[in-house]
Amino acid sequence: MPNFYPFDCAYITKKQKSIKRELLKDGAKRIEKKVAILGGSTTNGIADLLELFLLWQGIRPTFYQSEYNQYWQDAMFGSELREFKPDFIFIHTSNRNIAQYPDMSMKSGDVDLLLKSQTEYFTAMWDKLREDIGCPIIQNNMEMPYWRLLGNKDCADIHGRVSFVTRINQGFYEYAQSHDNFFIHDINYLSASLGLERWANPLYWNMYKYALAVPLIPEFAFSLSKIFASLLGRNKKVLALDLDNTLWGGVVGDDGAEGIAVGQEVPMGQAYCEFQEYLKAQKQLGVLLTVCSKNDEENAIAGLNHPDGVLRPRDFTLIKANWEPKSLNIEQTAKELNLLPESIVFVDDNPAEREIVKGTLPCEAPPMESIESYIQTLDKGGYFEVTNFSEDDLKRGEMYKQNAERAKMQSAFADYGEYLDSLEMKAEIADFSPINLARITQLTNKSNQFNLTTKRFTSAEMEQVYESSDYIRLCGRLEDKFGDNGIVSVVIGKKDGAALDIELWLMSCRVLKRDMELAMLDTLAEEAAGQGIEVLRGHYYPTAKNNMVKNLYGDFGFDKISEDNEGNTLWEYNIRGYQKKNRHIKVNG
Amino acid sequence: MEEIYSRLNGVFRDVFDDDSITVNESTTANDIEDWDSLNHITLIDAVESEFKVRFTMGEVSGMKNVGEMAQIIAQRM
Repeated sequence: MPNFYPFDCAYITKKQKSIKRELLKDGAKRIEKKVAILGGSTTNGIADLLELFLLWQGIRPTFYQSEYNQYWQDAMFGSELREFKPDFIFIHTSNRNIAQYPDMSMKSGDVDLLLKSQTEYFTAMWDKLREDIGCPIIQNNMEMPYWRLLGNKDCADIHGRVSFVTRINQGFYEYAQSHDNFFIHDINYLSASLGLERWANPLYWNMYKYALAVPLIPEFAFSLSKIFASLLGRNKKVLALDLDNTLWGGVVGDDGAEGIAVGQEVPMGQAYCEFQEYLKAQKQLGVLLTVCSKNDEENAIAGLNHPDGVLRPRDFTLIKANWEPKSLNIEQTAKELNLLPESIVFVDDNPAEREIVKGTLPCEAPPMESIESYIQTLDKGGYFEVTNFSEDDLKRGEMYKQNAERAKMQSAFADYGEYLDSLEMKAEIADFSPINLARITQLTNKSNQFNLTTKRFTSAEMEQVYESSDYIRLCGRLEDKFGDNGIVSVVIGKKDGAALDIELWLMSCRVLKRDMELAMLDTLAEEAAGQGIEVLRGHYYPTAKNNMVKNLYGDFGFDKISEDNEGNTLWEYNIRGYQKKNRHIKVNG
Repeated sequence: MEEIYSRLNGVFRDVFDDDSITVNESTTANDIEDWDSLNHITLIDAVESEFKVRFTMGEVSGMKNVGEMAQIIAQRM
């Protein structure tokens, strides 16, 4: 099996059939999603490669493709598209689909009118799709024209095509900024990055009606797949960083903190500084930084305190600087953060270390070959593609750090209950509200471990749940003396006569073993009883990741009703005379 | 020429994911079941990558069989 990233375009194109066969052989359970591709040019080859990259990331798509260049008609009127009920719509248009460009005789007002009509052609289509289907829409922006009638002036003159395309793109971005569930696939950047001359080779348009050069389709599909992966919670969460020759030049144990290259004086030091700045910016987006280095801890800290460095020891959620094998340290890191090893990207300049970690754990470890390419290598990997950004992302590093402090405190108590009481926990458990819908949706798509059904919701689906009276919805926020954990648990139950089918029960692993699940159950029982429900019905669907909650309902005292041969279990609990179970969290007070 | 055919053979087998394929100069799309227009594009791209050549539009449109493809490759190498 070739590398998922970085990959060899030619190899992937040639071997796509056997790669697909290999990928499907693992028998892994993948998230199944229906994807409609509405094309303004040929899309077959794009669907094939997109499928590969999605399979690689644990997503199994089924496709609907509109007939050649029927994207607009399909979006506006297509009944087959509507019957398909897509989970995602991808609109594959390019500057080949701009019906009319300005000509030199036009006055500024005419160009404005033309721009308006061209932009509205698209916005009308998006509005219609949102109204009729309501699933997330991914839309290509426009790549630059591959020739310029006016030469350099083409970008600044209102008659220039470069100018016109730039303005159309601006219109697309404004739509994206004012509408949720609408995402731009930035082919303008991608084509520039890969080279417009290669990208726009007209042979592929004239021969096969492809809007981009066929050899670049893998790059295109990879870039597109990152948006899907991000929306479906497949982003990575942690950068586990080596130190020597990764965060600075040289070996701090040998050269001393004063001898390492970081800072503005020398070219090498500058490059490492830029890399540290990049990592710091990632941290602000909610990516957790950790250290995984073979070093004495004292030396590691001294290196991180180098006065000209950008990152400081406090920027790291945890620091593993010791002489144990790195695979062990990464495993430990995952455990301490309550994350899966596969959500860690291991960053190390030493190919041998990368191989060992990749060989033992399902981690990504991209090739960090030389400091001047570090940023690009990580950035192009798209590990942390941002689609929806919530307030909690900004605070995530802080929250994980507080967790580490709690863990330290725990050892000082004889009795676990006493420890829980000492945390002075307060929970707010209530129905969803518009302000926290984004975070709730994000949680449903990210949580894998403490998740009974692993049911995923798009923003549109979540909105439907929110507006329907068929559901009992709860989201829980947990605060303690170390800080606010934000929204950490979500429960959705669908009313079925006197029973409540619990379609979703999840909790963030950062609040494991805090009795938050009991507090949720108490509130659920109370709320359900108030709405005439007598029986709670729990479902557990096993995945590769949610074994920890296999017996959650059993522990709650539910009766197991049935189990099928795939291990799916059904549980029931009669809530008449329900006794509260939570003793350590103060709820809604 | 023999070397070209042997490398072409490898490319065909990869693209069509079928190790029983053996091509010769008279092989055409009619001889290989999966050789449709979509796979044709993949095939051309894979052949171009294998031999580090780019076919012109005229060449791509004009090729009638594997023999003509091999001729063009031989001229370029």
